[in-house]
Amino acid sequence: MGLEAKLNDNGIITTTVDALIEWSRKNSVWPMPMGISCCGIEMMAAAAPRYDIARFGSEVMRFTPRQCDLMIVAGTVTYKMSHVVRKIYDQMPDPKWVIAMGACTSSGGMYRSYSVVQGIDQFLPVDIYLAGCPPRPDNLLNALIQIQDKISRTKARDFQDQPLPELTVIQNN
Amino acid sequence: MELKELIEQKLKENFSSENFVFSEYRGELTLTLDKKNIVKVSSMLKENPDLQFKLCEDITAVDWAKRKDRFTVVYHIYSLKLNSRLVLKANVDEEECNIDSVSSVWKTANWHERETYDMYGIKFNNHPDLRRMYMPEEFEYHPLRKDFPLMGIPGSLPLPKK
Amino acid sequence: MPKLNKDEVHPKILETLLADTDISIEDALENEMVLNMGPQHPATHGVLRLLLRLDGETVMSCVPELGYLHRGYEKLAENMSYYEFIPHTDRLDYLSPMANNVAWALAVEKLAGIEAPPRAQYIRMIITELARIASHLVAIGALAMDVGAMTVFLWTFREREKILDVWDILCGARFTNSYTRIGGVANDAQPEAIAKVKWFIDQYEENLDECERLLNTNRIFIERLDGVGIINGEDAIDMGLTGPSLRGSGVEFDLRRAQPYLFYNEVDFKVITYPDGDSLARYFVRADETRESIKIIRQALEKMPQGEILLNQPKKVLPKKAEIYSKMEELIHDFMIVNFGINPPVGDIYHAVENPKGELGFYLVSKGEGNPWKCKIRSPSMVNLQSIPRLVKGRMVSDVVAIIGSLDPVMGEADK
Repeated sequence: MGLEAKLNDNGIITTTVDALIEWSRKNSVWPMPMGISCCGIEMMAAAAPRYDIARFGSEVMRFTPRQCDLMIVAGTVTYKMSHVVRKIYDQMPDPKWVIAMGACTSSGGMYRSYSVVQGIDQFLPVDIYLAGCPPRPDNLLNALIQIQDKISRTKARDFQDQPLPELTVIQNN
Repeated sequence: MELKELIEQKLKENFSSENFVFSEYRGELTLTLDKKNIVKVSSMLKENPDLQFKLCEDITAVDWAKRKDRFTVVYHIYSLKLNSRLVLKANVDEEECNIDSVSSVWKTANWHERETYDMYGIKFNNHPDLRRMYMPEEFEYHPLRKDFPLMGIPGSLPLPKK
Repeated sequence: MPKLNKDEVHPKILETLLADTDISIEDALENEMVLNMGPQHPATHGVLRLLLRLDGETVMSCVPELGYLHRGYEKLAENMSYYEFIPHTDRLDYLSPMANNVAWALAVEKLAGIEAPPRAQYIRMIITELARIASHLVAIGALAMDVGAMTVFLWTFREREKILDVWDILCGARFTNSYTRIGGVANDAQPEAIAKVKWFIDQYEENLDECERLLNTNRIFIERLDGVGIINGEDAIDMGLTGPSLRGSGVEFDLRRAQPYLFYNEVDFKVITYPDGDSLARYFVRADETRESIKIIRQALEKMPQGEILLNQPKKVLPKKAEIYSKMEELIHDFMIVNFGINPPVGDIYHAVENPKGELGFYLVSKGEGNPWKCKIRSPSMVNLQSIPRLVKGRMVSDVVAIIGSLDPVMGEADK
């Protein structure tokens, strides 16, 4: 973002800058773990020594949204929790991607009941849907590799400055 | 002495005028009583040195979906001294949907009664803090009643915009 | 953790928070604030929201708010048969899924009046104890990570992966496996799985000793946990605490000893208690309980007989797959059980087992149909969380994290 996005034409200099930036972006995807329920434990297992997620560049799982670019929503999202998830998604800076991990986030999963949102794509834009209940940690690593492929196909001019979404302002009295 | 005889004897000593019904199923003893006696009987069961039912394991309600005595509030209590469990049941009507709270006897009853209120709508008198437990405060219905549909009522819970 | 103003907190919660003032601090400054340890927090073990009223750094009162993972289990149970609910019980305490399966199977068998064959009961005992070890390992690792020791978290997860391998061989899924059935278990324990269990229990104690060497004499760990969150035995029983949290306060109450189920009255194990009642005692109880579980598994492996693993009662238990495809009566029984349920007699029971987190109980009411009329899940984590306002009063904010870690709640269970 920033300077390279302002250069609109596809000259040779910009394509090299493009390639450099998307290479560095895809190899250091820092996930924001939204570990809500059982899929959260498989996400922790993906960070554990056997299925090491750090070797793919996701060295740390920062719990603050301001420093992350990938949000992994792992676990059942209820109506009460959906406002919290959306608030955290809004706090993440651009560019950002979302993985919907597991059956519960993709479509409500095995919970067809009054309090579970039947799929988080009702209020969040999702990039990758992972199947499984819970998906194995190697499946999560597969999804991470596909996100990296998706990043490698983006260009700098995709991230032009966009107007900010409406955020509520908190008064400090 | 067997548990049933022991409790019967204690109840006769303290509350000779009231009516209690005992039943037994698969090794569990159940005592059905009137809803106005629940606090007195509970504190007697807890404080009596021979019984000492100090651990209140669970409080819940059953919805029978018929017009008279629609709900039954069920208490599971356990005595570490006698190593045995007792089930107390009290019927609650739909018109007068309230019962006295036992949170003055067992402190753990606080959250159990809040959950029963949230799910069934039974109010507990003299409860220190009767709020909803799981559903948001603005929710107007009581989910575990038999007339509430499984998929919920559309529009009852708000969702953020995309 | 953002600072909230009065309009953002629901009025009923605010009222409770402000009313709870039975501690006073001399020369109180004018900087009380309401802090939101929100549902998304690295150290709240899931989606638990804590509203803290602080005076500087000291907590004056605390109101927990649950319900962010309420999935409607009890309503779902009224709409599906007893068999169909088995996968849902996995996701209650999702750190020890096998133990919940066993608890549900025992409750339904008590309601229906049947009993599983001995080999199935021994297999159930072994997997429950393995689930107990797996859950306590995560508890120790997460507590250590919250307090600051990150290495222990990685080591306990390495041990846990070995247990998940055993379950993978046993039933095909490494996690949330619905392995038990009403009347037994799904398939027999393969010799490979049993060999792996034997290998695991032989090498487990040294690895646990390695983790403990990092923690037990570590000055930072002990100072952060010693004397933090004290509750004595009488108050613990009154608040309804069960499991390791109760045994860490000196009360020797274990459902495996008091109301034995499976074959626990035939194996020899100690009930671990520590008298102090603080977070360090609860941590020690968990670490020592895993050693007792190893002893139980060893004895169960020796005593396990050969034999059937599913009860032969066609009206209540699903028949074997090979017979369904070749014989007529088994086909009809399978059809009836899958479509109409097992139809236990009219009545209600309550059955409780000793889960790693505490006492997990199922209260089932049956009207003679295939679906339960009511199913109540008495979840240990919800009742354990009730004691948090009392434990954190007067402590600092960073002690809140240590106290939650020592109580070890799982929100999937607490919110049902």
